[in-house]
Amino acid sequence: MVSELINANPVVYEKKERRVRSTPSCVDEYAAEPIDQLEIFDHLRDIKDPEHPYSLEELKVITEDAIEVDDSNSYVRVTFTPTVEHCSMATIIGLCLRVKLMRSLPSRYKVDIRIAPGSHATEAAVNKQLNDKERVAAALENPNLVDMVDECLAPSNGFAG
Amino acid sequence: MESHDGAWSLKEVQKLEGHTDRVWSVAWNPAAGVAGVPAMLASCSGDKTVRVWEQNPSSSSWFCKAVLDETHTRTVRSCAWSPSGKLLATGSFDATTAIWENVGGDFECVSTLEGHENEVKSVCWNASGSLLATCGRDRSVWIWEVLPGNEFECASVLQGHTQDVKMVQWHPTMDILFSCSYDNTIKIWAEDGDDDWHCVQTLSEANGGHTSTVWALSFNTAGDKMVTCSDDLTIKVWETDSAKMMSGDGYVPWSHVCTLSGYHDRTIFSVHWSREGIIASGAADDAIRFFVESKDGSVDGPSYKMILRNEKAHDMDVNSVRWSHGENRFLASASDDGTVKIWELVPVI
Repeated sequence: MVSELINANPVVYEKKERRVRSTPSCVDEYAAEPIDQLEIFDHLRDIKDPEHPYSLEELKVITEDAIEVDDSNSYVRVTFTPTVEHCSMATIIGLCLRVKLMRSLPSRYKVDIRIAPGSHATEAAVNKQLNDKERVAAALENPNLVDMVDECLAPSNGFAG
Repeated sequence: MESHDGAWSLKEVQKLEGHTDRVWSVAWNPAAGVAGVPAMLASCSGDKTVRVWEQNPSSSSWFCKAVLDETHTRTVRSCAWSPSGKLLATGSFDATTAIWENVGGDFECVSTLEGHENEVKSVCWNASGSLLATCGRDRSVWIWEVLPGNEFECASVLQGHTQDVKMVQWHPTMDILFSCSYDNTIKIWAEDGDDDWHCVQTLSEANGGHTSTVWALSFNTAGDKMVTCSDDLTIKVWETDSAKMMSGDGYVPWSHVCTLSGYHDRTIFSVHWSREGIIASGAADDAIRFFVESKDGSVDGPSYKMILRNEKAHDMDVNSVRWSHGENRFLASASDDGTVKIWELVPVI
């Protein structure tokens, strides 16, 4: 697909074990269960990197710790770390994160997506673009970009290698 | 209304449902809502359509009078009525601006303006209806001359912003154009007498301006004050010398008067100044707030105070707030939740 990869040899990390949610001692099935960090991470960990057959979790582009959630105020902030400082895929990754959360979270949620401070050459410009909803809306009407995003968000079939 | 010093309350008059995606913008027909003509409102949306809503004179309730579809192929971002109320201009992410004519209650697309390279983000008519301005992601501002027979001729393409231009707005009395942008600035454009348009002033961080995207601007009735709102979470008020401005003695610069901060806690997308001097603001925190100039006689010049807020005006971001022109003063708001709401600001006795 891409003749020259931006990061040809990314470091691949082990996936974290999937934790089973601890069940509260007193179960009230009618009580609204607050959305927590792990739940957000579960939505995002399997997103595929735009240029590698690895997930964002395997490349440590996102980690559970990089997700801040405040369910009572319906707020999430995701901080991601591109694999290289000049990664031109940073905007696509950010768009994937935003689209996945838009599709997964209740509409009351406010979402901020940002690059980890100091991890990217054009950090401020990428952050501004990812948080301008008009630019995001316009990007999501671009069929090529939507195809790219959908490909990253597609559930993986089995394992590569 | 402006003489009321007491408390205010915001009454939700009606919620208008019909759009199937976020509503970006609303515009009141300036020729309606007066002299027995029922009030009329247009709204445009990510669902690629424009809806025209009218107030039923007998029941006072609002209904969808027309759906303008199958013309724009992408999000309709902005809509604006001509001063006569006969034409509606709509700007779309499909790079075109459509002109719709109201023919006995039916809306026909009578012209399509092409020229922008990509998304058109805002459209605005000047006070006399002889000029139309458009702007977009291609960083340019276009001025179109309105010719007889629904013809539009490009009079000027203004380059100067270094990023996409979010909104264009004509001065309420003079043919001076204001544009605000993702480049954090507001630019002011005037004609030099030779049919050439130039940028005569740039309001940036250096002159007390915004530190992030400027989303919208609005003028007071006299046209000597302007309010702007931004992604930097502030609202700023600007002023010019009105006496000097009226004397027609060349361009009179604008200067920063005050900054309202600490109110909205997410991007402020819209501000609109009412004829009575009340500034309404709508933001990504789902809230609508209202401000008036404080008469407390500060030595540091004019200051503004918040008189009311509705923290949960909509279920999602508020993208546009607009006061009506008519005898009954309504506020319309548009939201990501797909609805338009009609509000009335009433004094609490």
